[in-house]
Amino acid sequence: MREQSEGIVNLVVDNLNEQTIQLDPYALEPIQEYLAGISISRARHGFSPRETSFYVLSLKNAILDVQEESAGSDIAALYESTRALNRLFDELSTNTFETFIKGREDVILRQTDEISEISTPVIRVWDQILAMPLIGTLDSARTQTVMENLLQSIVDTGSEIAILDISGVPAVDSLVAQHLIKTVSATRLMGAECIISGIRPEIAQTVVQLGIDLSQVVTKATLASALKHAFGMLKLEVRKTQPPKPFMI
Amino acid sequence: MRHTGTTMLVVLNKDAYSIQREQDVILFRNRVKEFAVRIGMGVVNQTKLITAASELVRNMLRYANGGDVLIEVITRGRENGIRLTFKDQGPGIPDIKQAMQDGFSTGRSLGLGLPGTKRLVSEFDIKSTVGVGTTVTIVKWKNG
Ligand SMILES: Nc1ncnc2c1ncn2[C@@H]1O[C@H](COP(=O)(O)OP(=O)(O)OP(=O)(O)O)[C@@H](O)[C@H]1O
Ligand SMILES: [Mg+2]
Repeated sequence: MREQSEGIVNLVVDNLNEQTIQLDPYALEPIQEYLAGISISRARHGFSPRETSFYVLSLKNAILDVQEESAGSDIAALYESTRALNRLFDELSTNTFETFIKGREDVILRQTDEISEISTPVIRVWDQILAMPLIGTLDSARTQTVMENLLQSIVDTGSEIAILDISGVPAVDSLVAQHLIKTVSATRLMGAECIISGIRPEIAQTVVQLGIDLSQVVTKATLASALKHAFGMLKLEVRKTQPPKPFMI
Repeated sequence: MRHTGTTMLVVLNKDAYSIQREQDVILFRNRVKEFAVRIGMGVVNQTKLITAASELVRNMLRYANGGDVLIEVITRGRENGIRLTFKDQGPGIPDIKQAMQDGFSTGRSLGLGLPGTKRLVSEFDIKSTVGVGTTVTIVKWKNG
């Protein structure tokens, strides 16, 4: 950080001396570059915009001190150079701010990519029963992966039932619905059954109003009820164990 | 500005976005949600609005290669709401009546985007000129 600051101060001071405080765009370029680097790295490291602009403005104060010293009693010159310095830093801080925001946006974009890349795990919850929790926005590419993963796991494990849990999906629009329906049909073609669980009340209402027909799909509100349904299909029963009867002769 | 009844519609806050690729959809949907949360819209209406927004923004990407969206917080009398305007310079829709029918699709899809969106929101308006582009405007009132 210190090194960075020294570098930038030197750049600015050199620029001021040589050009008698003219804002030469060529001379300005390295400074902008420098600040851009700093603000991008600050954005990535989660600094607030306030901290970042504070940094730029504190550089200004540092240079002002230097100017004051070297100007001595020449107030007019000091005034001129201060004004020029102000203009310069206005420009610089606007630029820094823009770069900072760009840095943040890049982070966001990368995160969205990463989130959608997180492979969706297939969990074997029981013999012959698979569950796949879906989290986040489903786009075409991701749903394709989901479907392939699920079908492959059905083959690999010889499962009869797959539960797709959409509790973590923020909205089901016609595209997502279409993908879900396709996944269910493909599962059936492989001789297995697919249950969709985790349909929240607001999702249910929206899907109905949108006009999507999920009547051919077995849907459940929770993963627990889907599992119960699956047990029923496999003729399995979950019971509380009876406390052992006292032994009597 | 359009008057409805006697109370005037006032825009309190707005934001514009350009939609060019699939990632923009997620960012845009999150923004819509933020706005809806900020005016205190309930989760059911929020979900309806986000789903409608998702349909329209996907249409824009798919049929018009992207476009611009405007998010506005509006108020009319004591009612607050969100207005979204989707504007593209795509091929336009030759027959809007047909496009608004359930099941009509030139993209071999479900054909529910436009008619479904209309059912999900409080107000729906579509204008399209072949060769010029399409503009869809929707309003979802907080309690609508
Ligand atoms: N922005 C647009 N520009 C040009 N044509 C459009 C636009 N939006 C919709 N259309 C046309 O209107 C038709 C109906 O749109 P709608 O969203 O209702 O269905 P879809 O997109 O085909 O299917 P779904 O949305 O259910 O996946 C589309 O197939 C397309 O021909
Ligand atoms: Mg559509």
